[in-house]
Amino acid sequence: MIVATRKPIAEIKGVLAGHEKVLFVGCGTCMTVCLAGGEREVGILAYAIRIARRLEARPIIIEQQTIERQCENEFIQELAPAAERNEALLSFGCGAGVQALAERFPTKPVYAALNTQFLGILEKQAVWAEKCLGCGECVLSEFGGICPITRCAKRRLNGPCGGSTSEQCELSPEQPCAWQLVYHRLEAIGQLENLERIVPARDWRCAGHSGPRTIVREEHRI
Amino acid sequence: MTGPASGQNGECEILAFCCNFCAYAAADLAGVRRMQYPINVRIVHLPCTGTVEMEHLLAAFEMGADGVLVAGCLEGGCHFVEGNLRAKRRVEIVQQLLDEVGIGRERLRMVNLSASEAGAFVARVEEMVEAVNRLGPSPLRRCASACPEQSRREGEAVK
Repeated sequence: MIVATRKPIAEIKGVLAGHEKVLFVGCGTCMTVCLAGGEREVGILAYAIRIARRLEARPIIIEQQTIERQCENEFIQELAPAAERNEALLSFGCGAGVQALAERFPTKPVYAALNTQFLGILEKQAVWAEKCLGCGECVLSEFGGICPITRCAKRRLNGPCGGSTSEQCELSPEQPCAWQLVYHRLEAIGQLENLERIVPARDWRCAGHSGPRTIVREEHRI
Repeated sequence: MTGPASGQNGECEILAFCCNFCAYAAADLAGVRRMQYPINVRIVHLPCTGTVEMEHLLAAFEMGADGVLVAGCLEGGCHFVEGNLRAKRRVEIVQQLLDEVGIGRERLRMVNLSASEAGAFVARVEEMVEAVNRLGPSPLRRCASACPEQSRREGEAVK
């Protein structure tokens, strides 16, 4: 899932400074699961912003609505009446959600309440870890299901660097070396020979280095 | 009562969320023993402090409370195992939010006591009242230009 964190209240208050009636839009999918932009977080931030604005003697009226997904027009449609009633929208969606709302409501300012961080998983309660960069050419099958592109700080494809000591990355003692993880995993599943193959330099164009990516599946188009 | 006054009766107003199994029983015991404690406190009787949501604490401040006290069982002694520990984390998060919005974390406090500690309940309440009086009325009371209930109703009407 996509993982995000809330922006500081001062920053959100700043972007809403010119508005008196704002629609706070929560997202019921990834942002709810990562506890950053679901119905609950929308409600809590609404309290905070209302209090902050009253302290400045510039009260704000906040309407709240959480939709299933902000990245699909089908769900965004539900927002149309509320968007019409308000001066601006504050999106609690990921970067895709914010842009989807902006495209759908071209005459309304749409602001972001969250900083979108990464594609990751919940490792333990309230701890999320990055697992995928969305680089467009997956190497997980070769490396035992552990992605060196995401989890190695140097994005190396041919073994660890000299900074890997005691199975830790030199960046942080809490950060395991991705290549140690790959080695142990391949050893456990009997595929250590995968490491003997030299992986050539990869083509990064499909990783977004040649502009934003679009996928068209002709067989599914109507 | 001395110090800054803000409530309708000239006193600061403090809302105390009290757990049924400790603080509420302690407050009851304080009453039975005829112990005096400040009149500024309004008690909300809860089955457990674990039922206190962050929204409740924020709503109390938005509606004009000068201070909020969350009174739960001693750590490790929760009737529902970890309700008071959950409340502790929520209080910490709301304290951070109160700092960010400009109310100040000092106005929200969590205390832990047992049902037999009527004296401790009275002492914690007195400390809270003294701290809030020192801080003065909630900054929101000084900004009476908006009706919190109106904006809240309008905000929640479409949820």
